[in-house]
Amino acid sequence: MEYFTELFLGGLTRGSIYALIALGYTMVYGIIGLINFAHGENYMIGAFTALIVASVLTVIGLNEFAILVLAAIVAAVYSSAYGYTVEKIAYKPLRHAPRLSPLISAIGMSIFLQNYVLLAQTSDFLPFPNLIPDMEFWEPYSHYLRFTELVILLTTTIIMVMLTLLIKYTKIGKSMRATAQDRSMAMLVGVNVDRVISVTFIIGSALAAVGGVLIASHIGQINFFIGFIAGIKAFTAAVLGGVGSIPGAVLGSFILGLTESFATGYVSSDYEDVFAFALLVLILIFRPAGLLGRSTTQKV
Amino acid sequence: MMKFSEIKKSFLVSLWFMFLTFPIMVIRVNTTERLIVWRWENMLYIGIGSFFLSFLWRYLMRRKERGGKPSEAYEYEGHDFFQKIKSDRRYSIPLLIAGVLIVTFFPFVMDTYQTNIMITALMYVVLGLGLNIVVGLAGLLDLGYVAFYAVGAYTYGLLNYHFDLGFWTVLPIGALIATFFGIILGFPVLRLRGDYLAIVTLGFGEIIRLILENWNEFSMGPSGIAQIARPSFFGIQMSLTDSIIYLYFLMIGLVVFTIFVVNRLQDSRIGRAWIALREDDVACQAMGIDKTRTKLTAFALGATWAGIIGVIFAAKTTFINPASFTFLESAMILAIVVLGGMGSIVGVAIAALVLILLPEYLRAFSEYRMLIFGAIMVIMMVFRPQGIIANIRRTYKFKPDDNA
Amino acid sequence: MKKNIMKKMLATSIASCFLLLMLTGVSTASDTIKVGIAGAHSGDLASYGLPIVKAARLVVEEVNAKGGILGKKVEVIAEDDVCKPEVATNTATKLVTQGVTVVVGHVCSGATKAALDIYKDAKIVVMSASATNPDLTQSGKYPNFFRTIASDDAQAKLEVDFTLNTLKAKKIAVLHDKGDYGKGLAEYAKGFVEKSGKAEVVFFEGVTPGAVDYSAVVKKIKKSGADAVIFGGYHPEASKIVSQMRKDKMKTFFISGDGVKDDTFIKVAGKYAEGVYATGPKDTSANPMDIAARAAYKKAYGEDVGVFSINGYAATQALLNAIQKAGSTSYDAIVKALQTDLVDTPLGKIKFDERGDGVGVGFSVYQVKDGKYVELKN
Repeated sequence: MEYFTELFLGGLTRGSIYALIALGYTMVYGIIGLINFAHGENYMIGAFTALIVASVLTVIGLNEFAILVLAAIVAAVYSSAYGYTVEKIAYKPLRHAPRLSPLISAIGMSIFLQNYVLLAQTSDFLPFPNLIPDMEFWEPYSHYLRFTELVILLTTTIIMVMLTLLIKYTKIGKSMRATAQDRSMAMLVGVNVDRVISVTFIIGSALAAVGGVLIASHIGQINFFIGFIAGIKAFTAAVLGGVGSIPGAVLGSFILGLTESFATGYVSSDYEDVFAFALLVLILIFRPAGLLGRSTTQKV
Repeated sequence: MMKFSEIKKSFLVSLWFMFLTFPIMVIRVNTTERLIVWRWENMLYIGIGSFFLSFLWRYLMRRKERGGKPSEAYEYEGHDFFQKIKSDRRYSIPLLIAGVLIVTFFPFVMDTYQTNIMITALMYVVLGLGLNIVVGLAGLLDLGYVAFYAVGAYTYGLLNYHFDLGFWTVLPIGALIATFFGIILGFPVLRLRGDYLAIVTLGFGEIIRLILENWNEFSMGPSGIAQIARPSFFGIQMSLTDSIIYLYFLMIGLVVFTIFVVNRLQDSRIGRAWIALREDDVACQAMGIDKTRTKLTAFALGATWAGIIGVIFAAKTTFINPASFTFLESAMILAIVVLGGMGSIVGVAIAALVLILLPEYLRAFSEYRMLIFGAIMVIMMVFRPQGIIANIRRTYKFKPDDNA
Repeated sequence: MKKNIMKKMLATSIASCFLLLMLTGVSTASDTIKVGIAGAHSGDLASYGLPIVKAARLVVEEVNAKGGILGKKVEVIAEDDVCKPEVATNTATKLVTQGVTVVVGHVCSGATKAALDIYKDAKIVVMSASATNPDLTQSGKYPNFFRTIASDDAQAKLEVDFTLNTLKAKKIAVLHDKGDYGKGLAEYAKGFVEKSGKAEVVFFEGVTPGAVDYSAVVKKIKKSGADAVIFGGYHPEASKIVSQMRKDKMKTFFISGDGVKDDTFIKVAGKYAEGVYATGPKDTSANPMDIAARAAYKKAYGEDVGVFSINGYAATQALLNAIQKAGSTSYDAIVKALQTDLVDTPLGKIKFDERGDGVGVGFSVYQVKDGKYVELKN
């Protein structure tokens, strides 16, 4: 039972990282119907920016907590700026293009950003400082869940609640929902669609950056390629939950994280990913629009 | 006045990029030695570079917009340079002759290395054309195409290793097994639409690769299969140079054959059914087209080509391991199809040649080559989203007679 | 008028296509001895390939300063294969076309296997500084292959012996990264443990490189009660697993191979690296030639030698020496010279056995102590 709990909590932690990235995928998809392959790179750029900021601040000599907060904020700002710029350059001119063109543009952008960081920084793995130190009071429970993992879980939960409130009650949230439902209709009733799309990219990228900072300080290393695998997994999670649906992305991420954790724990880590993808195929066979996806009846 | 606002715009863009690239371009940290290197000169380059590039960008954008609204793009494309060459016999015939001459004498004029990379490029032409059936014609987004390629390669690798079967024997077997896998994948995804299909095919591709990686008893795992026999010519073993030339002509033959088949398929009943499915699957079903069968044939036929090329790949490199069949490979083939212009045969061929040969010739810039490659993909899509050669939609228009 | 332009454009485009093809196809024939250096020179494995190129260039410069060999200057041609088999065949063909006499490379075993057939046909001797796959020499299929590094089975044997006899482990978990090198090493290790009968393998699994975290696998190791973990793979995964194990307060021994015996591992894993064991090429830092090579490298490039630099140094020296001794660039003469003549390299005096493995090249066990790898003397 103890082993089960450990695996369960480990899976939840991993799932919550996926969730932070998956939210960006699902929001962008919901609004412009694009699989943003370059989204994983926002996570990577966020982590790199945080590392750079943290190193500079450490040399200046701030205390740990200030560094963590500042690094996370700067990372989120920069990641958003990248998300915003990428949208303007690579996707906006393609609004009316054939459906696959933005996808290829996104793959190109992903390759570009990876190599940009590789060339400007390094191809080696870099150690990432542990910005979330272990706390004394948590020691008795750290057997189940380390303090960093607890922080990851809590942060993700708080961010998700805030995001839900934002989408539900604020003006921009309402415009986002309107745009997602029917872009031309939203435009007619006075929603500035371009702005809504920009905001979506900004929020999505900022969330990914937070995920990047959290996981990097949890596992302690980064390189230019980390965004790719995390991105693919998060995308899988988003589809599993029903792409375009925000609660779906969260649910899908937790299911994916837990599946991977239990597959490793009870079967073998050799086939961890096989289980993850097989689960995806199974769920989609029975629910072709994902768990919480809107199954739309197509109008003829 | 106009000029001034332009400069102001570019200036703002340049400021924005200086801000954007500041942490990553300017600061380089070495966390292990606690060293921070400030590279201010990079900021200057970025600032100046983006200032001028933004003029170019806006100029190109305006040109693109003047070129017509994208909704009319298809019509506009009729007057395109490439289309003109294609349709006008005065240009197409000399071009064809020149093409045949180049192709025939290529391996004799060029050295072995050039021929070798040309074979690789030709393989991607066929892969692109194969995937074009699934994505371009039938409109099914397949991100796991590489799985069938792997199936073909491993069919030859394993049969050659265990039973010493020759290239020509395995070629049809590989194609058949890949077709079979195409149908297997086809069944569960029949109900899925668009991007759901994409992620499931991606998952399928990964599953195949992971099985090859983990199931040592079957596939020899990540260490792969080495010393696979090169194709033989009626039992004669050839020297390396000869066998590369032989493979080259084999590939030319295959490319011609593929183009012929795909061309015929396009105009056939099933080809039209695919296009109908791509345009509107509900309407397509309403017209009495068997959706299940149409989708399955698309997957199966697409997979067949991948299987054939897989066998050739194994024979060419003489060594295979699962690392050659990653998702990036699928993305590459997809990029060929989309860059070429979905559904367009000539476009796909050109795109394959460009995308495969470009990195080879960019070896001189080896560090920057992937950066340039990614940038080209984005720029290409932004300025020519319909691909190098847009496929002209079959349109039937009523033309009023001018004389009447 | 417009048509004329079209025609001209067409003509020029065809002509320029031809021209381009001609230009790229120009082959050079000259009277230098060409040494090809192939390996990953870009991408994520460049940190293994580039130090070898740099070391080889140093050796060649030195030889040229002394007037070259056989009265000819030596020329280096470095080609990138990004460690991919399909690219490696192109790289190999390119080197063969450019008329290289010998090749230092490739870096990864898979790429080496793919390329070797091409070199074999062209009768070119290949010597790798880093490809450790046992098949390369033991299968007897690659007579033109030599290496200045010991093979993975020797390494696995050493790891297992050390774990069983020195650490006295009874339950051993074997872990790998599902890769060509890592899984091969892990399988040999598993085989040796089972054959010895002194301990049991409680766990044999692969982790996915680049996964977000390894907490599940670490928990599983903990549950299996293993007292030692033998890991086959590279340092990024190793440092993640070790850190996670140590953070979970597991004191299990961690033993790995030369993929981890890299200073980057210690830098990345930091304090968690302490006490980790890794096998790696024998410490030759007392050898005066080794000291000289390291100093020259530092002077020329302003950085310390990389993982396989010294092996690359030795490989280039051995090849050039063999050409010198053979008195010709013929394949048979070079092979014979490699197998008979002892050559003085930073790795010590070495020659090669008939399978191509270096004689006098071995591994020893290292342990991380105070942020440094220290060789353990038996």
